[in-house]
Amino acid sequence: MPETRHPLFMPLVLLGGLLFGFGLAVSRMSQPEVVLDFLQFEDFGLLFVMGAGALVVGVTIAVATRWERTAPLTGRPYRRRLKDLDSNVVVGGVTFGLGWGLSGICPGAAYASLGIGNYPILWGIAGMFLGAYAQGYWRSRD
Amino acid sequence: MIAELFPKGVLSYAVGGLLIGLGTAVIYLGTGIAAGASTFLESTLSYVSEISRFNRRSYRGSRDWRVVFTLGIVGGAAIYALLFQDGLWVTDVQPWRLFGGGILVGIGTRVGKGCTSGHGICGVGSLADASLVNVATFLAVAVGTAHVVGALGVLP
Repeated sequence: MPETRHPLFMPLVLLGGLLFGFGLAVSRMSQPEVVLDFLQFEDFGLLFVMGAGALVVGVTIAVATRWERTAPLTGRPYRRRLKDLDSNVVVGGVTFGLGWGLSGICPGAAYASLGIGNYPILWGIAGMFLGAYAQGYWRSRD
Repeated sequence: MIAELFPKGVLSYAVGGLLIGLGTAVIYLGTGIAAGASTFLESTLSYVSEISRFNRRSYRGSRDWRVVFTLGIVGGAAIYALLFQDGLWVTDVQPWRLFGGGILVGIGTRVGKGCTSGHGICGVGSLADASLVNVATFLAVAVGTAHVVGALGVLP
């Protein structure tokens, strides 16, 4: 963690979050019904949400990583988002898929769902915190 | 044929996806951080829990801006609702599905190192093998799960 952050760091994170949440609401991915319709092959529109989002970020990362520069607000080098491919990636993917298919909610969409007034989503967010806590508890005992 | 696959068209989906990507890109270009939405769940737990997993340096060092990012997501959706929505939008999906599904999502995204945004947007955008494997896995399992739940007559 940097000792002092650039004064524009938090405002930029907030701006990015606002755009992100606004986009989730525009796409209606904030509505669990829309996600469930997609997963049940009744409306394939969600492919365009994920596709457009990944395309914009993919082009951004591809361009930025070719610059010999660091990020202006942190001095961090631009890197691709890479994680180790191990069994956790698959086990976690299966578990997430079971939950997503049962409920139609994922973390970002759930936060946005709260923003459009969907107060029952608090059940889902409470569940996510409980699940995150449970795995942290188990994994910290090893 | 195409109209049957996309009964609500594709425009709002594509525009929404572009905005989601733009929000992620703005943060990335300014800070070099490829932000995902699910790390917030663990980093925020470090405020109230002593468990070592949640108190890793990377979580304690990012927990404040992750709260701001999440509040931004809630706020951005609320701005949309105020501008274009008629009152609150409330789901018909039953609470037990949201809660039970949420638990599995909480476990799975954290064990699997990311969610629909971290893996699905940033990781796929990075053409990272772990993210491509994770997304293919959760998509396939979610499609199967939703079909089984639907076939069992669980509505909504």
